[in-house]
Amino acid sequence: MEKWYLMTIVVLIGLTVRWTVSLHSYSGAGKPPMFGDYEAQRHWQEITFNLPIKQWYFNSSDNNLQYWGLDYPPLTAYHSLLCAYVAKFINPDWIALHTSRGYESQAHKLFMRTTVLIADLLIYIPAVVLYCCCLKEISTKKKIANALCILLYPGLILIDYGHFQNIYNSVSLGFALWGVLGVSCDWDLLGSLAFCLAINYKQMELYHSLPFFCFLLGKCFKKDLKGKGFVLLIKLVCTVVASFILCWLPFFTEREQTLQVLRRLFPVDRGLFEDKVANIWCSFSVFLKIKDILPHHIQIMISFCFTFLSLLPSCIKLTLQPSPKGFKFTLVSCALSFFLFSFQVHEKSILLVSLPVCLVLNEIPFMSTWFLLVSTFSMLPLLLKDELLMPSVVTIMAFFIVCASSFSIFEKTSEEELRLKSFSISVRKYLPCFTFLPRIIQYLFLVSVITMVLLTLMTVTLDPPQKLPDLFSVLVCFVSCLNFLFFLVYFNIIIMWDSKNGRNQKKIN
Amino acid sequence: YPSSPHPSSHPSSLKWTLDYPPFFAWFEYVLSHIAKYFDQEMLNIHNLNYCSSRTLLFQRFSVIFMDILFVYAVHECCKCIDGKKAGKELTEKPKFILSVLLLWNFGLLIVDHIHFQYNGFLFGLMLLSIARLFQKRHMEGAFLFAVLLHFKHIYLYVAPAYGVYLLRSYCFTANKPDGSIRWNSFSFVRVISLGLVVFLVSALSLGPFLALNQLPQVFSRLFPFKRGLCHAYWAPNFWALYNALDKVLSVIGLKLKLLDPNKIPKASMTSGLVQQFQHTVLPSVTPLATLICTLIAILPSVCCLWFKPQGPRGFLRCLILCALSSFMFGWHVHEKAILLAILPMSLLSVGKAGDASVFLILATTGHYSLFPLLFTAPELPIKILLMLLFTIYSISSLKTLFR
Repeated sequence: MEKWYLMTIVVLIGLTVRWTVSLHSYSGAGKPPMFGDYEAQRHWQEITFNLPIKQWYFNSSDNNLQYWGLDYPPLTAYHSLLCAYVAKFINPDWIALHTSRGYESQAHKLFMRTTVLIADLLIYIPAVVLYCCCLKEISTKKKIANALCILLYPGLILIDYGHFQNIYNSVSLGFALWGVLGVSCDWDLLGSLAFCLAINYKQMELYHSLPFFCFLLGKCFKKDLKGKGFVLLIKLVCTVVASFILCWLPFFTEREQTLQVLRRLFPVDRGLFEDKVANIWCSFSVFLKIKDILPHHIQIMISFCFTFLSLLPSCIKLTLQPSPKGFKFTLVSCALSFFLFSFQVHEKSILLVSLPVCLVLNEIPFMSTWFLLVSTFSMLPLLLKDELLMPSVVTIMAFFIVCASSFSIFEKTSEEELRLKSFSISVRKYLPCFTFLPRIIQYLFLVSVITMVLLTLMTVTLDPPQKLPDLFSVLVCFVSCLNFLFFLVYFNIIIMWDSKNGRNQKKIN
Repeated sequence: YPSSPHPSSHPSSLKWTLDYPPFFAWFEYVLSHIAKYFDQEMLNIHNLNYCSSRTLLFQRFSVIFMDILFVYAVHECCKCIDGKKAGKELTEKPKFILSVLLLWNFGLLIVDHIHFQYNGFLFGLMLLSIARLFQKRHMEGAFLFAVLLHFKHIYLYVAPAYGVYLLRSYCFTANKPDGSIRWNSFSFVRVISLGLVVFLVSALSLGPFLALNQLPQVFSRLFPFKRGLCHAYWAPNFWALYNALDKVLSVIGLKLKLLDPNKIPKASMTSGLVQQFQHTVLPSVTPLATLICTLIAILPSVCCLWFKPQGPRGFLRCLILCALSSFMFGWHVHEKAILLAILPMSLLSVGKAGDASVFLILATTGHYSLFPLLFTAPELPIKILLMLLFTIYSISSLKTLFR
């Protein structure tokens, strides 16, 4: 495309911001005995390099699972192995078995940061650039602005480069993005292969699996299940099975291996939530301590039911009417449902919702920008724990300014722009005075932003009262949860009401 | 790390003592009063190399704050250029390109914000004075430049351009039809008012030291001729080549047994220390020699400015040439001095295509020569990325402008 140099500049800006954030501290810096997830990554390089594959997921004298045991699927392990080979080449002390525990040095920090940057550069950034270039019906300038906004999304930058917890989120998100790209452009096999790689990298990508499944199934139905559709279905099944076998090959040799890996990946014993997360269950427990009242298996049942009930409408809609736009919106609502209602959700899982929202940035810029700001805010306690206040503030402000100027979001708050037209029309059949929706939404945006700013200021400057030491993190989670519920309702409305309009339009045309 | 901000006294025992003119000293004095609220320890005279995170925060924020002046100056400069050749979009207008080239200048970013100095607002003063001269507000321009000189005397490099231009185009109010000088249009009023401005500013800055009889001490700190021909990091100028040639010749001479090894001084010129050297093969260079070389180099442009004045644009060209000549032939030049030539050149680059290509070459090589300033491994990707960003942007935007 023309203006390649502008795209290069955008990518360079993204890289510069990432590296500058990475010059800050990381989680668990200088805090023995467990350190933080930075140490976890280093430890995984240590065990994948020194131990044979059969022992990676098992508890043994060499591999103490209590000390940061591997709990991600095999692809992460292979990636750690690759990094370990490079580390061995530079400085073997970094991955020496047992003796390198808690190893911290400037050179090592540089090495780890560089691996993140390279992984990002190879997988995530090309996906974003390609995605923006393939967008239809918008000018080149808008495509480039879109790419800039996505690359500047603060949440991913701060977690991958600042917080260092479960880094390489960009790898799994990048693979998922390749999957979305492939499937939207009708390269279904490649798309599903990419998405399988994403799942095999981090099991949390399963949040996105239902929309993929429904979309591809819908495509097969559309192509008539008796003919081409059936062929496509078989091909897809084969691709998925083949990719899984390829990744899990060393672990399929014994049943015990597979089971152990599954046990590490899905720790069902852990409980409904851990730490403070902007999730329904955590917010609910402010009023009612569910964790203590209900027995364990009932908790799992309840979360299961709620999750599936909330995502059922959009998925059924997608299966019946598969379209790339509906697919993206369904990704958002599914991931959001999982985030809000599922069990053992981490704060950074909001990134799984943010990625699809980034993808719809050019369709509903105002709401997407709002959501992305709230998602970064919801991770505030985590970021403050790692002393990332200044990079957070700077990146959030930069992101907001770039989005506001590229998409002129404050002018795009009419009903039409918010895709709420058909919904408002339907409601006006019963309530003729329902014209104030955009104003309500603008008002809510203002309230939300003011609350977020106030809470940030309070968390930073004030000390919480003695009796409630977690007051501010709980408040942050609670406010974010309310925002997310609003967004869940909003995105579901868009999905349910949107293609009705599309169908009517087609009939008129 | 900068000189520690303490009130202007000059004990010669401290490593990083004040070696800038008095106005800068007063500036640091004001800063030190504000710094009290951030971190008391930083002001202790014995705390050399003191560096806490709050100190860093304060110093960085002060640089950013002072850059407001630079932003204002860029704004004024953008008003001075015309946008006749502009495309319809904002990003293709010369004003936009100029502001990005100035505000995101790689050299300035690195030197001010990473390596740490206060060049931003000083360049702001210089650009502002240039803008005032473009806007025909000569007195303000002269005043700003005088103030600037007393902040950092490195701007003496471009003083000849100012002097000649003001004399020729301001004090002689009219020209003959063929453009040459009209002696009877000499305006005494203007000369005297200019002289008064400069005198008052100098009096304000140097006056207290004159009263305290410390003037010689001030001058010896400002013009340290004992420091040697080249800085610790060689500025890429003529004398660097001269030194290199000298070294090569001495090595060859040793190999061919033309020189006596015992007569060669042991100090190596690349050791990174600041001291005086004698050249081994080629004649040694004295400060006077460098001054003469510089004067010869700026002679053509200054004469041009005198005999064939072309208004503010001619002045700007002469300024850039003065800066470059002094950079090439000056005594103990810092590599940061190349910014003195690059920033004004940006103003010319959005005017004509020929100037744009010269600017690209100058800016790219000048910025590259600043690389040794950041030498730690974590900073390596940053300087590469920023350099790439600036170079790609400048090349592509100027190319689009002069399609």
